[in-house]
Amino acid sequence: MWRDAMLVAERDLRIEMRSKVALWQVVPFAILVLLLFAFALGPGPALLKESAPGLFWLALLFSSVLAAQRSLAIEGSDATRESTRLMGLDPAGIFLGKTLALTGELIALEIVLMAGVILLFHVVVGTWWLLVASLLVAALGLSAVSVLYGSLAGGARMRATLLPVLVLPILAPVLIAGARCFASAMANGPGLGGRWLSVLCVFAAVYLVLGIVLYGPMEES
Amino acid sequence: MASAIQLRSAVSVAGRFPVLAGVDLDLDAGRVCVVLGSNGAGKTSLLKLLAGLAPLSEGSASILGYALPSDARPLRRQVGLLGHDVGLYDELQPEENLRFALRAARVDPARAPGALERTGITGRLASTPLGSLSAGQRRRVGLALLVARRPRLWLLDEPHASLDAETRSLVGELVEEAAAGGAAVVATSHEPELAVPMADHVATMAGGVVVDLVTGGRPRIDGVPDVA
Repeated sequence: MWRDAMLVAERDLRIEMRSKVALWQVVPFAILVLLLFAFALGPGPALLKESAPGLFWLALLFSSVLAAQRSLAIEGSDATRESTRLMGLDPAGIFLGKTLALTGELIALEIVLMAGVILLFHVVVGTWWLLVASLLVAALGLSAVSVLYGSLAGGARMRATLLPVLVLPILAPVLIAGARCFASAMANGPGLGGRWLSVLCVFAAVYLVLGIVLYGPMEES
Repeated sequence: MASAIQLRSAVSVAGRFPVLAGVDLDLDAGRVCVVLGSNGAGKTSLLKLLAGLAPLSEGSASILGYALPSDARPLRRQVGLLGHDVGLYDELQPEENLRFALRAARVDPARAPGALERTGITGRLASTPLGSLSAGQRRRVGLALLVARRPRLWLLDEPHASLDAETRSLVGELVEEAAAGGAAVVATSHEPELAVPMADHVATMAGGVVVDLVTGGRPRIDGVPDVA
């Protein structure tokens, strides 16, 4: 399973390096969302700072759906999916590989977005370890959910519209826990941030296990 | 000679529609079967059933000794399918595509350059992203994957489509080599003048069943089979 996961992750990242879709489409979209939020709230630094955790996570969630669409499009055509099945790759390995590659892309996106909120929203982070840990775990959870539900959404024509409808409600706990972690990280001490970090860990673990178990049967069906 | 394909009253249903409605077919290893028929006759569905990609709803199927539907996954590793879309990745170069597919299939990726050379994907073409190649060149990359993987069952969906005269001739050579090496080959075609000369058996499909089967008897090694 791990061998196949590494193989698939390497392929997905290589394709992304060639196509640069995340670089030229997803990252600009994420920055645009942040800018529009900033315009909507006005120039008051107190309001911007207070709203930053929620807006950061909303921008991340919307952008992650775009990144996931792109990742899933690699196996978008029926022929490519059939070809992958004929190669005999372990379905759990395919799920893990796609999840790992997407996690890498989301971490890069999080870094850009974090720089954006620090510049635009005057955010000062006090507890960096909490923020970094929550972003890493959340990226893994977001990726696992997106790959799993992307498989459920089926072919490319359906997926473009169905994936956001399926995924965004499922990601509500990530939005809430991530925003609470962010707010705690902005405070002087972690406060309840550790508990919200646990929520993110449980979320990621549950969807990783579900994906490993269910991805194969869902692709077969 | 070992049996490669045994289908008995095989039915495959897609949604509620029976795309195969009771197919009987036998093919030994080292033999070539060409399947003719009009659009919608069930030719591509037959290939997908033989690849373990389509469901077997009724009847029985034994492919390379694997019983469907239970052994579909191990069967797939032994099967090479060349469809209208080769199912590879547009952003990757031909050799990168082949190396990935071979590593995934647990086959030595060092076979990739030789296979690409065999199908004429050399020089500039070998380093061009697949998405920038013509339809015929992409098919040659798909053929190269079959050459490198050396599957025990070759499934070719209209293998002569989109190809120039030279590559059409190459398809015939590759099929001949595969059969001589002990692989079974099933190829669908709308061009009997090109496909039938490759065949030991010619099946004609209509309405999801085999309505006519002409069986030749001469071993492939003797050259042209006697089924024209």
